[in-house]
This record gives sequence, C-alpha cells and structure tokens, in this order.
Amino acid sequence: METLAMHISNGIIDGPVAAVFAALALAALTGCVLRGRRDLDDRLAPMAGLVAAFIFAVQMLNFPIFTAGVSGHLLGGALAAMLVGPWVGALCVAVVLVVQALIFGDGGVAMLGLNITNMALLGTAAAYLLIAVLLRVLPRTRAGLAVTAFVAALVSVVVASQGFVVEYWLGGTTDLGGNLAGLAGTMAGVHLLIGIGEGLITATTVLTVAKVRPDLVYALRALPTPASPAVPVSGGVR
Amino acid sequence: MGAGHGHVLYRESTSPVHRLPPEVKIVAMVVFTIAVVATPREAFWAFGAYALLVAGVAALARVGPRWLLSRALIELPFVLFAVALPFLGAGERVEVLGLRLSEDGLHGAWNILAKGSLGVLASLLLAATTTTRDLIVGLDRLRCPQVLTQIATFMLRYLDVLVGEARRMRVARISRGDDPRFLWQLRGFAAGIGALFLRAFERGERVYLAMLSRGYTGRMPAVWQGDGAATAGQWLVAATVPVVAASIAATAVVLT
Repeated sequence: METLAMHISNGIIDGPVAAVFAALALAALTGCVLRGRRDLDDRLAPMAGLVAAFIFAVQMLNFPIFTAGVSGHLLGGALAAMLVGPWVGALCVAVVLVVQALIFGDGGVAMLGLNITNMALLGTAAAYLLIAVLLRVLPRTRAGLAVTAFVAALVSVVVASQGFVVEYWLGGTTDLGGNLAGLAGTMAGVHLLIGIGEGLITATTVLTVAKVRPDLVYALRALPTPASPAVPVSGGVR
Repeated sequence: MGAGHGHVLYRESTSPVHRLPPEVKIVAMVVFTIAVVATPREAFWAFGAYALLVAGVAALARVGPRWLLSRALIELPFVLFAVALPFLGAGERVEVLGLRLSEDGLHGAWNILAKGSLGVLASLLLAATTTTRDLIVGLDRLRCPQVLTQIATFMLRYLDVLVGEARRMRVARISRGDDPRFLWQLRGFAAGIGALFLRAFERGERVYLAMLSRGYTGRMPAVWQGDGAATAGQWLVAATVPVVAASIAATAVVLT
C-alpha cells in the first residue's frame, strides 16, 4: 500500500477529486514560482538542480518492507526545504514528480495534482514549519541541526502519507467500508519506518553540507541572527 | 548532456513519432491519459479500444511489444494493491472460484489495473520517442514557467554527474579495502552520501558558471531561436490520438 501514497497511479482516486487537487496544486505552485523566482540566484540555481537530481536518485531506492509485501522510498521534501528553502524546495520536488510521471510512468499523469499536493506541498510545508521552529528553539549546535533535520524529515513523510488517506477518503474508487482507519494506521506505521531512514539520510547530508559550506544551507541563512558565534562572518582569520 | 542525449528509456529511431515536436507529444499523452481516467470502469470495450490505440502508436514508433511490456513491470506494486481490493472492499460479495469476493473491490481492482497500465504504456511511449532535452524544450514551449524548466534542466544534467561521482567514490572506497555489505557498515555509506552531495555540487557549480560565462540565460537555445516548433499540421497529425481517445471516453460515458 506504501507505494501508492508516494505515487498514486491512475484510477485509484476518482476524476473529480483528482481535478480539484490538480487545481489546488497548480495554484500553490504558481505561488511558489512567484516567491521562488526571487530566491533563485546564481548560488541557488545549481543547488536547486542538484537537490532535484538527488531526490530523483533517492526516490529510485525502494526499501522492501516485510509486512504485506509493500515497499516504500524516500521523499526528500525535508532535504529540499533545508537546502533551498520552502518555495524552491516545493518546486524541486514537483519537478521530480512531473518528470517521473511523464517519462517513467511512475504515478499517473492524471493523478499528478494529488501526488504534488502530498509530496511537494504537504511534505515540504510540514518540514519547513518544523525547521523554522526547531532551529529557533534548539541550541545552535551540530546536534541541534541534526535533530532538526531528522525530526522534520520524519514528520514530513508521515504527513505526506496521511495526505493520501484524506484523498482516498474523499475520492477512493473502491469503498473500503470501515477499513479507512486501518488504512490510515498502516500508512502511518509504514511511513514511520521510512521516515526514520529518511531522517538519517537528511541529517547526514545537511550536517556535511553545513560543516563545509554553511553558506549553502538556506535554513541557516534565513535565521535573523548569525547561525553560530563560532563561525566568523568574514571568514579567513582564525 | 555531453555524448548521450538520451536516457535509459530512449529508443534511437527516426520513426514518424520520433520526429514529432515534443510539445505535441506531451499534450497528446496527457489528454489521452485524462480520457482514459474519465472512462467509466464498467465500459470494458473502451479499454480494449485504448489498448489498440496504444499498440498502433507503438507500431508507428517502431517500439516492440516485448520492450514495452517488460518496462511496464514498473507498475507491479500497484497491481499488488489491486489484488488486495477484492478481499478488503465492502458491499456485495460474489462467488469466484470458491472465494467470496467483494464485487465493488473486483471492479476497483480492474479499474486500477486497466487505467494504471494504459497510463504507464502511454508515458513509456513518450519516453521511448523523446530525449530529455526535447522534453524540456517541449515544456518550455508549452509556457511552463522558466524556474521550473531551469530546475528540470539542471536535474537531468546533474543526474549523470551524481551517478558518475558515486561510481568513482565507490571504486575509491573498495580499492582501499572497504567492503560494505552488512548493516553495521552503514556508517560509511551514510557519510558517503553527504560527501557525494558536496562533490557533485561543486562540480555542478563549475558547470553552471561555465554555462553562464558562455551566454546561458536560463533557457535552451533551441527555444529562443524558435526552430522546430510545432506547425499546425503537426498538431493536427498528433491530435488524432487524443481525439480518438476522447470520443471513445465520451461514447463510454453515454452508453453506461
């Protein structure tokens, strides 16, 4: 059931609901384009491309999960929000989904609105809200950054999976009767496991980048005060 | 994209479908998929007609059925969900081979199987006949915002950088005696991901700056030069597939 949440294929959700979510996704993406255009400078443009390529590659790794013969993969929304910010981040994930749907048949083209809503919008938004809060609350240390990345990634995956449950409740093509709660539970449980993997990968990647090139981490740039007093603003002099 | 402009799924050929401009093929494929999804699931004949349509385009594009069907296995996980539906579904039960199955669930399974497979086949045909570069040019000509095409361009470009960099790092690690096969050796792998990201970024940044200094402004030259954009005739030719699909869908809606 897992792969569904990630990439809903044609015919799982009925047409009208898919159309509503397509309109919703289009409106939200337009907003992201307008805001993202302002963010996208010479440093962020290649970064956005790399983040998208990274997510693309990472989504190809499927984890087999032993119960019920399902498999899942990583989402990358938290990584994108961390490195390129929420607006460009959502666009990165959306681009990955569009290319996958168009040429790999991964997720139906008619269901693109639903997939973008779950993974690009819900996942990235949840991750960025958590990042914004946690970075201010937690101490400005490597451990604090690691915990932020881990928690944001974990929660964003579970939130995205629950997006699918809501969509299925609104327009699932097969009436599961009382099994909807079961579906929600299965999805949450499975995605908790995936979320742990996603959290570990996100935290490691963000930590490495923050150590060598802190200027590349959007979430640290957005902070009102300098990320850490230990990092000299001008650099060079030790 | 250096030597190869294609990708794993691209099939080099000069068939009529390959020669159509990419924007035409994208629109045709999207409209076809929407028509398929809009078809009521009880109209079994309609899905047969769609399959014939797909087969016709595949023959025209010189894509063999064996290639197409083996690549279509990507949708196997969805099929597993479809198999579960007749057991999970609510409502009336019917007797099939001694099993009591939900009738609604059976219909649902058929629905996912038919619509999912047709969608996968349509996108495989697009992939087999369009290079990634053409795909982005097509999206740009369809007025896709430049931010998006720019991200997509870099994504497809950096995918090769990432894969190449990962291969070099793996060779470097193995030649130093590392043999990561077990779960407790995961730490090396995790640290490798971060390093891979940084190395790929720094290579990618150099590529991007080189592109900028050679006059790159965020769009592919093929787009602003305006060569090869679809003519009215090509739109008409390509419109046959979605128009036939839409009329099948309309007939199916009226009949059921």
